[in-house]
Amino acid sequence: MTARGDTPILEIEDLNISYYTRAGEIPAVIDFTLTVDRSETVGLVGESGCGKSTVAWAIMQFMGNNGAIKSGSIKFIGHELNDLSDEALRQLRGSEISMIYQEPFAALNPSLTIASQLMEVPITHEQVSKKEAWERCAQMLSDVHLPDPQRIMHAYPHQLSGGQQQRVVISMALLSNPSLLLLDEPTTALDVTVEAGIVKLIADISKKFGTSQIYISHNLGLISEVCERVYVMYSGEVVEQGSINSVFTRPKHPYTQGLFGCIPLPPTDKNAAPLRPIKGQLPLPHKRPRGCNFGPRCDHFEAGRCDARNVTMVPVAGSDVVDHRVRCLRWNEIDGRGPPAQAKAKPPIELGERVLEVKHMQKYYEVHDRTIAAFISGQSIRFVKANEALDFDARRGETVAIVGESGCGKSTFAKVLMGLECSSAGELRHEGLEIGNTLVNRRSSQQQNALQMVFQNPNDTLNPSHTVGAQIARVIEKFGIEKDKNKIRERVLNLLDDVKLPRDFYFCRPRQLSGGQKQRVGIARAFAGNPSLVIADEPVSSLDVSVAAAVTELLMEIQREHQTTLLFISHDLSVVRYLADRIVVMYLGQIMERGTTEEIFAPPYHPYTEALLSAVPIADPDIEKREIVLEGDLPSALDPPMGCPFVTRCPRKLGEICEQERPLMQSLSREHAIACHIPIEELQHIEPVISVSPASERLRAK
Amino acid sequence: MFVFILKRIAFMFITMVVVSVLLFLLLEISPGSVATKVLGPYSSEEQRNLWLEQHGYFEPIYVRYLSWLGNFVTGEFSESIRFKVPVSEVLWPRLGNTAILGIAVFAVMIPLSLVLGILAGMREGSKLDRTISVTSIVTTSVPEFASAVFLSALFVFWLKWLPGTSGMAEGFNLKELVLPVMVLVLYDFGYVARMTRASMAEVMTMPYIRTAVLKGLPYNKVILKHALRNALITPFTVIMLQINWLLSGVIVVEFFFAYKGFGALLLEASLNQDIFLIEACAMVAVFVAVATQTIADIGYTYLNPRIRFS
Repeated sequence: MTARGDTPILEIEDLNISYYTRAGEIPAVIDFTLTVDRSETVGLVGESGCGKSTVAWAIMQFMGNNGAIKSGSIKFIGHELNDLSDEALRQLRGSEISMIYQEPFAALNPSLTIASQLMEVPITHEQVSKKEAWERCAQMLSDVHLPDPQRIMHAYPHQLSGGQQQRVVISMALLSNPSLLLLDEPTTALDVTVEAGIVKLIADISKKFGTSQIYISHNLGLISEVCERVYVMYSGEVVEQGSINSVFTRPKHPYTQGLFGCIPLPPTDKNAAPLRPIKGQLPLPHKRPRGCNFGPRCDHFEAGRCDARNVTMVPVAGSDVVDHRVRCLRWNEIDGRGPPAQAKAKPPIELGERVLEVKHMQKYYEVHDRTIAAFISGQSIRFVKANEALDFDARRGETVAIVGESGCGKSTFAKVLMGLECSSAGELRHEGLEIGNTLVNRRSSQQQNALQMVFQNPNDTLNPSHTVGAQIARVIEKFGIEKDKNKIRERVLNLLDDVKLPRDFYFCRPRQLSGGQKQRVGIARAFAGNPSLVIADEPVSSLDVSVAAAVTELLMEIQREHQTTLLFISHDLSVVRYLADRIVVMYLGQIMERGTTEEIFAPPYHPYTEALLSAVPIADPDIEKREIVLEGDLPSALDPPMGCPFVTRCPRKLGEICEQERPLMQSLSREHAIACHIPIEELQHIEPVISVSPASERLRAK
Repeated sequence: MFVFILKRIAFMFITMVVVSVLLFLLLEISPGSVATKVLGPYSSEEQRNLWLEQHGYFEPIYVRYLSWLGNFVTGEFSESIRFKVPVSEVLWPRLGNTAILGIAVFAVMIPLSLVLGILAGMREGSKLDRTISVTSIVTTSVPEFASAVFLSALFVFWLKWLPGTSGMAEGFNLKELVLPVMVLVLYDFGYVARMTRASMAEVMTMPYIRTAVLKGLPYNKVILKHALRNALITPFTVIMLQINWLLSGVIVVEFFFAYKGFGALLLEASLNQDIFLIEACAMVAVFVAVATQTIADIGYTYLNPRIRFS
């Protein structure tokens, strides 16, 4: 199958896909139309359950047992895919159309070597000899910038890091030089700096080979950086489509506008310009409303008109960009008026006395090496330095964010703070009491109560066999806040009000709740005893954009009300910039930089902070970013570099001093300190990573 | 890896020693009852004391244990009360017979159950899957004594194709082996097949199978290269456990067909309070149990590179 002239690579027309379950037929994708031109990158964006992945499976004709394409056509370079025989389809998959998956670890076979998984692609599709296949695969691995391809060829997937695994999956997809590449959340499971490298790699390679791409993601920032055109999906339908520039600077559909109100873009601020969550929830597929699917959640809903009949896509007239279409009857009337319910600015919280003090805290883990070699050399015990000399504090009502990628030791710190582990050295004081060496079961119930946690994954943290009410009530009872049964009940109901859940949820079990609702229960549970310090470990990272915004706002509101100190652990700098007062940047167990939010986000930066800032995708074409892509992966915590921990990846490395000597903290102000060998004066001359162009329309609108 | 194997083997020996101590305490702790079992209930007090004296039963208990253990290790099991010959003379041939039976059962059962399990698990919920699943549940739920009676009625009395007993009186006879093997396979294949099916069905839902399909591999290659290797890890462990069962769990079948195997010997020894034979049988059974477990552990590590290279 060779491409001819100007036939688009992919044309999807009026595609309808349904899943057949016990509950009956569930339409997953409705009236879907899309074209992808030669060497074009198209984005498919939407929240979970909007049907974006289903489209990818349909292109691959891989629908599983209960899914089926009901009507419509999918043409690949003019050939109808829906009519292909199994054999023709097999020849197409992996050679003309390839796919890159969300979780590289799961996508690779754990019991086969990388070589055998890669080599079968050219062997199957091009019948090359084993020797040639080997050479081509090794070449491809070095093309995706993997060090030492020969070693990787012999390795098993679990011996590689997440970033390396994804590079292997990418090389697998590119081995046969496909015309179309489907990317289903290719970087969601990766760390930000690793993500930046992968995104750049995909862009470079597809430019080199002229590959067309469909990028599926929930991350508006990523889509805005890599795609030329975008399709925004909501509840099985495309609600808006057009060029990135047009859709991202002048979104017409209320849902698209709502999404932008939910992401913490640089002008938003928790006090001056808070996030504006979309009200309500995504309708279940079999309970979609009549008319516009977004109707019940829309601020511009007009009864009798929006819910009368199905809404079709209409071109946005007067727009200077062709092919901007929107599925809204009132786009013309609401355009330009801006969001009607502009969230109100709030006064900043006043900070109180010091609640948490961390002084030179260390946490080492012992690792027993049981190989014979270690036994002979006498090095059978080694240390993982999870936390090294942490120093910072937090005041009442303050939000302190700990930022870093996986393996930087932020979760270990949370464990010590919660009393699940003991610190190895240093001091950890909470309200003046030393807690670093007191495990949670030896703390007084008052202390336990005063230190609570909101966890990352709400699905795993609630007991599935107890009702929501009972789980919150138990906390209140355990900590002896109330004794009387009726009073406890009253308090639980009040807490449900506080987290904006209906009181009926008292008798619900966690499985009846959505992810966002479960996280609200988690917050209610944490705040049940009015703690003085709450640790939030990535509380919104597993939630959808619009849900995350609502939960973030809720967390801020409750914090404000209770004057709670919030320790916010995250890898996402845009959320952190939005809600933190002060930030601690960690790398491999050590603090690289700390300071107030303004100080962290403006020069002088630590080189790692600089790279982190550059790595976070921003969903605004008006924002310009300097590109800094870090090479390689995080070093193992078992074997960290001798000098500065960041030395192996640092683009501003000075030389030997960085390798040999650990940098000292250089203080710039009362709060701001940077651990780097580069003199402050030099760091001060670094240009800002993020700059907003003065002509930005959205900024002016605000 | 090497350290791992050494550890497993060391662990195996420790288990054996612990079991031997328990066995010794259980059966040999009171010399009086041993003498009664050996000399019979009508022996006089004097006779028993004489016998005990001769066999060193008045030594301190640890000396007795150590010499008892020493005899075991060197294979000197003293004399069987029932057969009036050294225990080893009855034990080894019987063990050999059971091994023949076991190997025959495995030779039929493993290919049969793996193939059926894989076919069923490949397409979960298909007609083939449901047929295989139902069949294996039915065959597994019929106990051996019932199927032995039924199959004998069918092949021995009605069709007259096969002999009804498997005593092997005139040397080894393949025809006599057929019925016991058939009963055991019928009882056991369903269990292994269902284990294989569950494992295969789980592997088929894994994202790496999806990757293999979307790479454009032919379906048979997806199954043979990508699915099987991962799907066989669980059945392997299950099959190793079946060896145990074939050794001492087949008493009913061996007895029913008068097959002179280990199970039948165990039964005879227990019924006759043949104390030294019981001890020997018990130690053999424990050894096989522990050894198969060790092999299963080592094999599991070999099949699973995630454990092998961690």
